Amino acid sequence: MMLRLSSISKHFGGLQVLQEVSLTVPERGIVGLIGPNGAGKTTVFNLITGLLIPSEGTIDFLGQRLNGMASYQITRFGVARTFQNVRIFREMSVMENVLVAMGYQSNYSAASVLLPSPHLRRAQRREQEIARELLFKVGLADQADLLAGKLSYGAQRRMEIARALATGPKLLLLDEPAAGMNTVEKQQLMDEILKLHESRLSLLIIEHDMRFIMNLCKQIVVLNFGRLIAQGTPDEVRANPEVVAAYLGREDEPEIATVFMPS
Amino acid sequence: MLAQQFINAISLGGVYALFALGFTLIFGVLGIVNLAHGAVFMLGAYSALHAVILLRLPLMAAILAAIVTTGAAGWLLDKLIFAPLRARDAPHLAPMIATIGLAICLSSSVEGFFGAQNLRFPVEALPTETLSLGGIRITWLELQIVLLAFVLMGILMWCLKQTRIGRALRGLAESPKAAALLGIDVEGLFRFTSVLASLLGGVAGVLIALYTNAVFPLMGQPMLHKGIAVVILGGMGDIRGALLGGFFLGFAEVFSVAYIGSTMRDAVAFGLLFAILLLRPDGLFGKATQRRA
Repeated sequence: MMLRLSSISKHFGGLQVLQEVSLTVPERGIVGLIGPNGAGKTTVFNLITGLLIPSEGTIDFLGQRLNGMASYQITRFGVARTFQNVRIFREMSVMENVLVAMGYQSNYSAASVLLPSPHLRRAQRREQEIARELLFKVGLADQADLLAGKLSYGAQRRMEIARALATGPKLLLLDEPAAGMNTVEKQQLMDEILKLHESRLSLLIIEHDMRFIMNLCKQIVVLNFGRLIAQGTPDEVRANPEVVAAYLGREDEPEIATVFMPS
Repeated sequence: MLAQQFINAISLGGVYALFALGFTLIFGVLGIVNLAHGAVFMLGAYSALHAVILLRLPLMAAILAAIVTTGAAGWLLDKLIFAPLRARDAPHLAPMIATIGLAICLSSSVEGFFGAQNLRFPVEALPTETLSLGGIRITWLELQIVLLAFVLMGILMWCLKQTRIGRALRGLAESPKAAALLGIDVEGLFRFTSVLASLLGGVAGVLIALYTNAVFPLMGQPMLHKGIAVVILGGMGDIRGALLGGFFLGFAEVFSVAYIGSTMRDAVAFGLLFAILLLRPDGLFGKATQRRA
């Protein structure tokens, strides 16, 4: 297993947000993490990426214990993520946003920039090329020099994916990548994600759009009120009465509930 | 006469800008109003002065000594005050109050060691040659002050714009969380920022000490007030704003001394600042008044 969460619990004071959640992402896997609002999905991401520390349980990634490690170290081990609400550097160009994420992998020292050498030039040009390729992949090549804050919302989300990829991840966590996108954009996104998956990347994806996630993932994990209530293939999950109950009981998300209706 | 005032204003403004840069860096990156920046400035002046008097170092080596001392002070500042408060998620006011305490500690310690009196650089240590360029007279000392201030600012601006560390710093200023998740060693960069900002303040301290030839424990106080005014004028946390604000204050002071009278200097300079803020409450580059989380 690439990523393994074992009996993870998290509470804030007396508030229990996750209770003994265990889940795994296999090498080259593509796993969906779903559940009604407030189920604790983003908390799982925050725990994996070191923004939060688990109250109990362990997180292992490629044989490395992640809990207790700083976020930047976790990223350097090969876990990257995007956010539910984009967190881009608005005052920097699209290109610079991607370059920031490549910083720690550069093969030149920070001090060497003061004494320009041919080696430095080459290394920097190579960096720019890689960044441009990544932007091309997400369809932003022609907007590389724009200020990131000026991009449309959908473009900002795609830039965030390019930026996460620039850290050189083995596992990519996507937090509601399709939010706010129209049908055409969603289809493009799905194609992009599948391409990433083909290029040996493992993915763990939170998404509210059931059709999107069920089409994309081979494995789905369902959380409800901080507990894991089901996991399995899309068909197994869809047929699970507990999952159906968790969604059907919620009038705030009728659209999602229809996905579980027998057809 | 006008050209002469222009030179004076540029050199004074350059030093203000240097001081304000350090102050605004700490605000922009760490989100802290560092009220000890004036005390660090004073520490720079004392370090250089004693490097000259006690160690008999030449002036440029003394400036280097000041850089080392205040850089180390910046390291300690983050290690002992900012980092522990960060780790405890202290509310915004806590680090600011802590820096007031530190400023008082530093200036009274310096007063205890070296006395409250006004110290001066020995005359023989200062270059006395004067250059004459088409009727404008500029001393070597002034020229060195201007050059040093501009070279430092130039390097800093270039690094922020073009280098990896500069990009990381700008990213960190916008969102520490996002920066950490892109593999940036946030804690290390916070410390680096504190060191960099403090040594800029330290150099400004030496330059003002040379300019006015006066070193005393409370010399950081008026400078801190000016620095805060300059940074607010420029837009809190904005680098270009700090530069522009610094030069604005330099010009306002020099020209009010020249054409209105030296007693009115601060009244005119700060009156102008206030007037500009009435027109642009967020400062010249106002977008940056609030730190985006």
